[in-house]
Amino acid sequence: MSLKKILVANRGEIAVRIIRAARTLGIETVQVYSKADADMLAVRLADEAIEIGPSQAAKSYLSIDAVLKAARASGADAIHPGYGFLSENAGFAEAVEAAGLVFIGPTAETIRTMGDKAAAKATAGAAGVPVVPGSDGVLSELGTAAALAREIGFPVMIKAAAGGGGRGIRIAQDAAELETLLPQASAEARSAFGDGSLYLERFVGRARHVEVQVLGDGVDAIHLQERECSLQRRRQKVWEEAPAAALPEAVRRDLCASAVRLAKACRYRGAGTLEYLFDEEAAAFYFIEMNTRIQVEHPVTEMITGVDLVQEMIRIAGGESLRFTQSDIVCRGHAIEVRINAEDAARNFAPQPGTVSGLTVPGGFGVRFDTLLYPGYIVPPFYDSLLGKLIVWDESREGALARLRGALAELKIEGIPTTASLHTALARDPDVAAGRIHTRWLEGWIDERHGGQLDRLQERIRGQAEG
Amino acid sequence: MAVHTVFSPLPGTFYRRPSPDQALFKEVGDTVVAGDTVGLIEVMKSFTPVTAEAAGRITAFHAEDEDAVMPGQPLVDIDT
Repeated sequence: MSLKKILVANRGEIAVRIIRAARTLGIETVQVYSKADADMLAVRLADEAIEIGPSQAAKSYLSIDAVLKAARASGADAIHPGYGFLSENAGFAEAVEAAGLVFIGPTAETIRTMGDKAAAKATAGAAGVPVVPGSDGVLSELGTAAALAREIGFPVMIKAAAGGGGRGIRIAQDAAELETLLPQASAEARSAFGDGSLYLERFVGRARHVEVQVLGDGVDAIHLQERECSLQRRRQKVWEEAPAAALPEAVRRDLCASAVRLAKACRYRGAGTLEYLFDEEAAAFYFIEMNTRIQVEHPVTEMITGVDLVQEMIRIAGGESLRFTQSDIVCRGHAIEVRINAEDAARNFAPQPGTVSGLTVPGGFGVRFDTLLYPGYIVPPFYDSLLGKLIVWDESREGALARLRGALAELKIEGIPTTASLHTALARDPDVAAGRIHTRWLEGWIDERHGGQLDRLQERIRGQAEG
Repeated sequence: MAVHTVFSPLPGTFYRRPSPDQALFKEVGDTVVAGDTVGLIEVMKSFTPVTAEAAGRITAFHAEDEDAVMPGQPLVDIDT
């Protein structure tokens, strides 16, 4: 069965990306849009477009009923969910199939299992994928914690089971500290969350974020090597690379093999990503979670492998088997992606929608710009701030950095502030060039720079007052 | 008596509650002092409080919870 018409249940640059992939395969496209998105690029590029609701995502892009109604009205035979919105909603995947349509992604069961942190960790452990060492669930009694912590290895994190988003976490460097902190943590968790349950986990201080791209057809699975996404601000990736230059070759082999084991164990169908922490000192990696969808940073993998991941997702959903064996995947060179967001780096990254009065897109060999922009486009305030992704490729990482500096110098987005200025500075930073980074490096770098600017400003004011 | 109107400073989505399962910040008839939060505006997943600039009694809301608003759009009338 081959697909004839795909409904794109998303917006922005990924909707454009999906339409282009479908078009290459000779498949028609239907773009759904909210009232605020009538002028978006994907609406202009798709064969058909259907308004499905008001600006609020909950009543448009997140409305399963509205999306399915548009699918039936347009006669689409498949739905691509992109990333975010309904892409990891098992209920949506189920509803799409119940409506007799194809969901371009894994089964609802896979989404459900891998979306549950505990179930995903258990599945990974069973497939022989290393997970962060820790207590098996919550601590039954605090008395056994010291022995367990010695087994896990200090420093350990004491986490409140009911906590989240970084809240309710304490770090114990040794057994004495653990003994002091445990009762405190338990009492605090009880008063803050109404539940004093705690669990222990090895603390990885200076970790890198690495992730492996997998592709499966429900029977077989392969990997398309890894990416590194350690440059993050508030847990949001801003800069991604492939491959991860910091990985020793033997570690890379083990990492990618572990991802394939897990993909095979859950009979993975479509494109997916396994995220890991990489502890550089210990040269150890630990599985964190799986994203059962296409990711924002997928282009860097496409650039080094030459595989169009979105096209492969569509082919697999249409019933084709994997077209590649593992040995067909040969990586070449180095790719970097930087996210261009509608944010004002000088004002603490405050998001700023508005009209793009002018646009100059960089080009040339090894340069790709996946964007939702066109000159005159009004960026609406209702959705996330991603405007586009500038992706470069070269034979080496050094070459890719040079190409990135050139492409950023050419890129001009007029009318609204963007994070292109942040990337221009990062692309010239010696630590970035040397790869001396970890997941908390960027926040420190930003604080230092902005702190530094404030200091200079204060000195100047003081100088003027004294002069 | 004069009516003081609070206008939206930004384009975005107007919320009258701190989160979907919580009570409204203020209702018609409530008294406020300058600086009281009367709503939130979400711009690209970032939230900015909307505050009363004068003390008085709220006589009207011109935007409902979750309405799309534009800069300069009237949101709340306060009888001072």
